[in-house]
Amino acid sequence: MKNRIDQAFQDKKRDLLNVYFTAGYPALEDTMRVAVALEEGGADVLEIGLPFSDPVADGPTIQASSTQALENGMTLVKLFDQLKDLRSRVSIPVLMMGYINPVLQYGIERFCAKCEEVGVDGLILPDLPMYEYEELYQPLFEKHGLYNVFLVTPQTSDNRIKKIDELSNGFIYMVAASSITGAKSDISATQVEYFNRVNAMGLKNPRMIGFGISNYATFSKACEYADGAIVGSAFIKQLSQDASDQAIKLFVKSIKNPS
Amino acid sequence: MTDTSSKYLVDERGYFGKFGGAYIPEMLYPNVEELRENYLKIINEHGFKERFDQLLKDYVGRPTPLYHAARLSEKYGAKIYLKREDLCHTGAHKVNNTIGQILVAEALGKKKIIAETGAGQHGVATATVCALMGLECIVYMGEVDMARQKPNVERMKILGAEVRPATSGSKTLKDATNEAMRHWINNPADTHYIIGSVVGPHPYPDMVARFQSVISEEIKHQLLEKEGKSDPDYVFACVGGGSNAAGAYYHFLGHENVKLIATEAAGLGNHSGKSAATTALGREGVLHGSRTILMQTDDGQVVEPYSISAGLDYPGIGPFHAHLFDSGRALFESITDEQAMTAGVLLSKLEGIIPAVESSHALAALENFQFKSDDIVVVNLSGRGDKDLETYIKWGKY
Ligand SMILES: Cc1ncc(COP(=O)(O)O)c(C=O)c1O
Repeated sequence: MKNRIDQAFQDKKRDLLNVYFTAGYPALEDTMRVAVALEEGGADVLEIGLPFSDPVADGPTIQASSTQALENGMTLVKLFDQLKDLRSRVSIPVLMMGYINPVLQYGIERFCAKCEEVGVDGLILPDLPMYEYEELYQPLFEKHGLYNVFLVTPQTSDNRIKKIDELSNGFIYMVAASSITGAKSDISATQVEYFNRVNAMGLKNPRMIGFGISNYATFSKACEYADGAIVGSAFIKQLSQDASDQAIKLFVKSIKNPS
Repeated sequence: MTDTSSKYLVDERGYFGKFGGAYIPEMLYPNVEELRENYLKIINEHGFKERFDQLLKDYVGRPTPLYHAARLSEKYGAKIYLKREDLCHTGAHKVNNTIGQILVAEALGKKKIIAETGAGQHGVATATVCALMGLECIVYMGEVDMARQKPNVERMKILGAEVRPATSGSKTLKDATNEAMRHWINNPADTHYIIGSVVGPHPYPDMVARFQSVISEEIKHQLLEKEGKSDPDYVFACVGGGSNAAGAYYHFLGHENVKLIATEAAGLGNHSGKSAATTALGREGVLHGSRTILMQTDDGQVVEPYSISAGLDYPGIGPFHAHLFDSGRALFESITDEQAMTAGVLLSKLEGIIPAVESSHALAALENFQFKSDDIVVVNLSGRGDKDLETYIKWGKY
């Protein structure tokens, strides 16, 4: 079967909206409901965040959601259980994004098998080193039909971007600025320069821009320089205020097409 | 005798055995990579070595004495020497590393310094070298630690540093480290992060161990002078992240006849749920950028540690020590609050030296050994107890 991520980029080509949310937040059993509401609201891709006690790459908003999810009792075992009917209820691509330690403790082989079983399409593990992926895990990911998405930042060298492009599939996650999640909320001239530089490299993978995408203005601006964009902290903030299905759908609409 | 040190030191991939590496998000990669590419070149330059040695001598007050503790020796029936890192400027071994790293930061052209601190000793040592070099300094410290190590918070401020509270998680060293890493992600270009122990992504554990290795370098020469041989029978050191222990072991790693004893803080006991004894309670995992041993739940969430000693209140150990543990090269002992405080008071009464509560964990382990009367035992006295007066007073049993 074709990976749903490829299918999404093929079908739609432009302005894909990818929404990140933390599993088990705001309530333990919200994971599937939030996913369904996001798809119904018009999201094109989902990233389910795996909560971790020490999320060094995340700003206060996602940190707080992680802490709450852990307090709610979220674990990988529970998450896979919550997602067992994922593919009867959600048809858009789903990635899991999280830190490597909980995955290692669960067992990477078991984790990949479970992802395949419930219908996860790809993984984003920001602290998994490229060399370790290449040497140890690539065949395993491939065996289970999982795409691996790496991040690039304004500081990533062209050579490294090329290497990342070779090893990635699905898309490349362009971190908009050198920052933790949720830090900045505007797109500057230096960022535009960086997006243009990457776009001129002729990479095989589509790109999505993330970090600091918080509203229609930043989303549509980011989409001028990439195939789509990722909203994280802004959505978590929304969930912390109102996590009803209706609020979620309105949020998605406000990002994609407020008029 | 064959020297087996290469088995225990870092390999060209940045690993100590199976531990170490650089498990960092891409946002940190350029910073860490810049350091990795340059650190050996920088520290092997002739000018660097000269300045480092000069500052250690004239500013830190090295070499620190290797003191034969006669009354302590009598009590334990062995020849016990104390390596007096407590006499370093700022009161602990931490300054050996900050002197080294500030020179590296300067060579890299960095203008701002950040650090994390637990007991405040590393924060003070960082604030000190920043004052020395005229660099801006921000120190992250857990809110809980700020309360229990107040004098050090004020010392950092007097030295011109800004102290920022870490308010997430257990509000101790682990969380201060998270905050410092986040700060570095947000400020990649002009900032150097001075990590305070042999933890973090490669090359930090190796770099910090090299700067601290001056401790065992001196012990070797001092023992040769005093005992006619450079190898002791035992070296005792406490392990938080493990920098003082790494320094005290470094030049003895390859001499398998030297027994290396690492003491971890067991808080109220390893079965009390209030401990920081990583090797006793932890398993392999990834924390703060390296594959190491850490205390965690079955689901891989990091457990909040506890120790009376802020400097040992950390849920992991550096990969350097994870490998020493895994390979059996060092013997790891768990020491409770009670045992450590008792040993600290004992040293004060017997030798007129009030040790840091961290260092008391190394002293306490002497109780667990049957020595031969001619055994030469070195205890690394990593710091002095001035910062811990309040802890001693609260403890009260003296
Ligand atoms: C006096 C003293 N000893 C030991 C430590 C523990 O650190 P490490 O294990 O890196 O030597 C600290 C940390 O703050 C300290 O202040």
